[in-house]
Amino acid sequence: MSDLTDVTSLTSMSAARIAAGIAAGEMTAVEVTEAHLARIAAVDEKVHAFLHVDREGALAQARAVDEKRARGEELGPLAGVPLALKDIFTTEGIPTTVGSKILENWIPPYDATVTKRLKDADVVILGKTNMDEFAMGSSTENSAFGPTGNPWDLTRIPGGSGGGSSASLAAFEAPLALGTDTGGSIRQPAAMTATVGVKPTYGGVSRYGMVAFSSSLDQGGPCARTVLDAALLHAVIAGHDPLDSTSIDQPVPDVVAAARQGDVTGLRVGVVKEFRGEGYQAGVMQRFDESVELLRELGAEVVEVSCPSFTKALAAYYLIAPSECSSNLARFDAMRYGLRVGDDGSRGAEEVTALTREAGFGDEVKRRVMLGTYALSSGYYDAYYGSAQKVRTLITRDFGKAFESVDVLISPTTPTTAFPIGERADDPMAMYLADLCTIPSNLAGNAAMSLPCGLAPEDGLPVGLQIIAPAMADDRLYRVGAAIEAALQARWGHPLLEEAPSL
Amino acid sequence: MTVTELASYEDALDAYDPVMGLEVHVELGTRTKMFCGCATGLGADANSQTCPTCLGMPGSLPVVNATGVESAIRIGLALNCDIAEWCRFARKNYFYPDMPKNFQTSQYDEPIAFEGYLDVQLEDGEVFRVGIERAHMEEDTGKSTHIGGATGRIHGASHSLLDYNRAGIPLIEIVTKPIEGAGARAPEVAKAYVAELRELIRALGVSDARMEMGQLRCDVNLSLRPHGRAAFGTRSETKNVNSLRSVERAARFEIQRHAAVLDSGGTILQETRHFHEEDGSTTSGRIKEEAEDYRYFPEPDLVPVAPSREWVEELRAELPELPRLRRNRLREEWGISQHEMQSALNAGAVGLIVATIDAGAPADQARKWWLGELARRANEEGLELADLPITAEQVARLSELVAEGSLNDKLARQTIEGILAGEGTPDEVVEKRGLKVVSDEGALGTAVDEAIAGNAAIADKIRGGKTAAAGALVGAVMKATRGQADAGRVRELILERLAPSE
Repeated sequence: MSDLTDVTSLTSMSAARIAAGIAAGEMTAVEVTEAHLARIAAVDEKVHAFLHVDREGALAQARAVDEKRARGEELGPLAGVPLALKDIFTTEGIPTTVGSKILENWIPPYDATVTKRLKDADVVILGKTNMDEFAMGSSTENSAFGPTGNPWDLTRIPGGSGGGSSASLAAFEAPLALGTDTGGSIRQPAAMTATVGVKPTYGGVSRYGMVAFSSSLDQGGPCARTVLDAALLHAVIAGHDPLDSTSIDQPVPDVVAAARQGDVTGLRVGVVKEFRGEGYQAGVMQRFDESVELLRELGAEVVEVSCPSFTKALAAYYLIAPSECSSNLARFDAMRYGLRVGDDGSRGAEEVTALTREAGFGDEVKRRVMLGTYALSSGYYDAYYGSAQKVRTLITRDFGKAFESVDVLISPTTPTTAFPIGERADDPMAMYLADLCTIPSNLAGNAAMSLPCGLAPEDGLPVGLQIIAPAMADDRLYRVGAAIEAALQARWGHPLLEEAPSL
Repeated sequence: MTVTELASYEDALDAYDPVMGLEVHVELGTRTKMFCGCATGLGADANSQTCPTCLGMPGSLPVVNATGVESAIRIGLALNCDIAEWCRFARKNYFYPDMPKNFQTSQYDEPIAFEGYLDVQLEDGEVFRVGIERAHMEEDTGKSTHIGGATGRIHGASHSLLDYNRAGIPLIEIVTKPIEGAGARAPEVAKAYVAELRELIRALGVSDARMEMGQLRCDVNLSLRPHGRAAFGTRSETKNVNSLRSVERAARFEIQRHAAVLDSGGTILQETRHFHEEDGSTTSGRIKEEAEDYRYFPEPDLVPVAPSREWVEELRAELPELPRLRRNRLREEWGISQHEMQSALNAGAVGLIVATIDAGAPADQARKWWLGELARRANEEGLELADLPITAEQVARLSELVAEGSLNDKLARQTIEGILAGEGTPDEVVEKRGLKVVSDEGALGTAVDEAIAGNAAIADKIRGGKTAAAGALVGAVMKATRGQADAGRVRELILERLAPSE
């Protein structure tokens, strides 16, 4: 085995490098896949990023790529690159649990559009990653199948709901992962693990086959270790899908070109005034302020921008998301698929449904279903769901006004670094605050990215910088992200993840 | 089972004024379902016309059927409704196993069509205007079959089978405004409204609207109030009344039942009621102690429907002639009474008669065959007239053969029998069965002479001036020719021989 194809070397490579290597014949897709499967076998017992590893399927996909190359066929930009898929995307023939007991052992009969596009692009799907049940949570502790450890400190959370995906990247189990972001579930885990995560414009990536939590907020997106890798993955999964009515029928912005360009000269950057103060960790703000300074040095015009309604975003979110989830999760009734409890011949359907939901849903899911059921009730609808929709409109207007004077907005991704597993488990409000800075973009449907901007001095844990762009201007995220990434790595002399402890 | 107390219909109407609301669900005849690409044909194996979307699989999403929207708009326009410039679907949340998502994708406060009316004509020709509150789009549910209990009811069943082939089939729900002022004619108005709506739906070609197949289902809401009072009484909702006659009977029964309850000082429960075809009664279903809270909210998985005004006007311009107007026009053209027209309509014969006339038959002949022999045959077979294996062209040809004297009525009926038995076209059946009228004057003359010779007494009566007695001799000739003679010609020949002076 050459140096290039030794396991450590293969698992630390970027997706772009792997794809180029396979295309050039420096390595085979099977070698790359085997290296990652070996890494998973070596470390995932500790990390628990994966709920299901599809060893045979991954190797078969890899072999198909190698055969394609042998036949002289042209390979796509991510052909043969392994990927960890959040367990919220349906995969035909492969279990899809959404981190819930109620779907334990459910094998979908169909592929999500995202899954299909990954397969069509010859991306090798290694398996399905852990997540908070139904994507409800910010720590992955709400998974019915146990928490995931943060590779930076296994006693801490990797963020959530997509903690499995972010941890798989930080643990070098996969160079690419896929997440979904309803209130920050891609960006906050990226911030916790020093990886890159992007929530595309709502409607940019098809939701068909993505198990719904909150339909008007859910958005699938790329997770990677570099901005360019995220862009390459973004380009593969994005674009109009006739199976999703809310999918945008417009060309996808050229995110790959933007990631390769990485220039912020003359770009107008707004710092969101509301996202600092009480509850924000000092080290987080320090790294954030340094990033602001860095942008100035890189030639951007930085101004402070006020978005006053953002302070109400969390409250609006916790009415809209639970309301939609109370309806979306009604289908889990033990009739057609998934768990069935109490069907002993003595009980009627209604009772079996109740027993199944009691046993199959975790506390956080039940909490939100109840919240949402209440908020939609006749007599309360206007006060709760209706008011929340008005706040949503105000937030969208704040963004609109801000984007009249700036090209992108920036903020910390989340107020603190990764907290210890268990610390906020019994305090839902403390947990909800982790998404304070990410939620406004879900409510407005615009695009946002988190990328690493250093380690907090007080705990040595990663800090995320959030970049927000107007809807359908996702390319700006990559342009700014790539510039910051390059400047920071030049300063550090290496990618931040190299500072993570070995597992 | 307790016997329901009923007031006499006359007493009920003396004391009370009935108010009705009719909710009609029409299953559209689109090729695919409302929110997915599954087929909609009836009679397929259970659950063979399903996909992740109409089974409510995790992750699946709906996409609106454009033909469904177009049909809804056309129905709305034909009902003189305003068409929304912008409207959304809404989720109606409730748990039931035959509803895969445990919410029905429907419309709530933003229906696609609203504020219209339908003029219906009663049997005596009176036109009654029924206000339309709204027409909205939604999806049908699956079908539960309860096994092991009595009469297919869920009570006592050991298990239930679910067939989701119907789940997701497009429905248009059409809701009337309160129908007031019909008085004793309320049941008749209800029936005429549903009949007219059914004709309208068929004329638009958006559904076959066959009530016995569940393609058009009616809920009859009814309340009584004392004469002179403005406020409505408490209503009952009689669900799934699935024939025109039943609609009338259900309204009538409820008027009598309500009156009896109110007369005895009782109060009407707001409840759903089941209608029983056997005896025309209704029985209590689910009591709505508290209004069910469906937690409606706008469907986030679908984008709003915003039909452009240009499109709406195009659809309006392409609307067919409305059935009532068309019927009145045809009635005048055919020169028949309102009642005769109603019979043709009830028999489902209007379109067939028109087609037969278009194929060259005179109107009276077309009516005669479809409403006579063919209606009788259809009735015997338990078929709709349109489902008989005979075409309008064939009926027209038959009528032509009769007109030219090649067939008499009796032979024509035998020809019909052959056509229905699949023996071929009218000409083929006539040929194969040898049904042509005997018009060989020589053979006919011989038969007439033989009949006169064999019935001397009758022949004398005719000679004596009693020409009416000729019928008996005609009968004898017809018998001898096995019906293949032209009875008119036979009569002429007899009279030529026996009463030349006339």
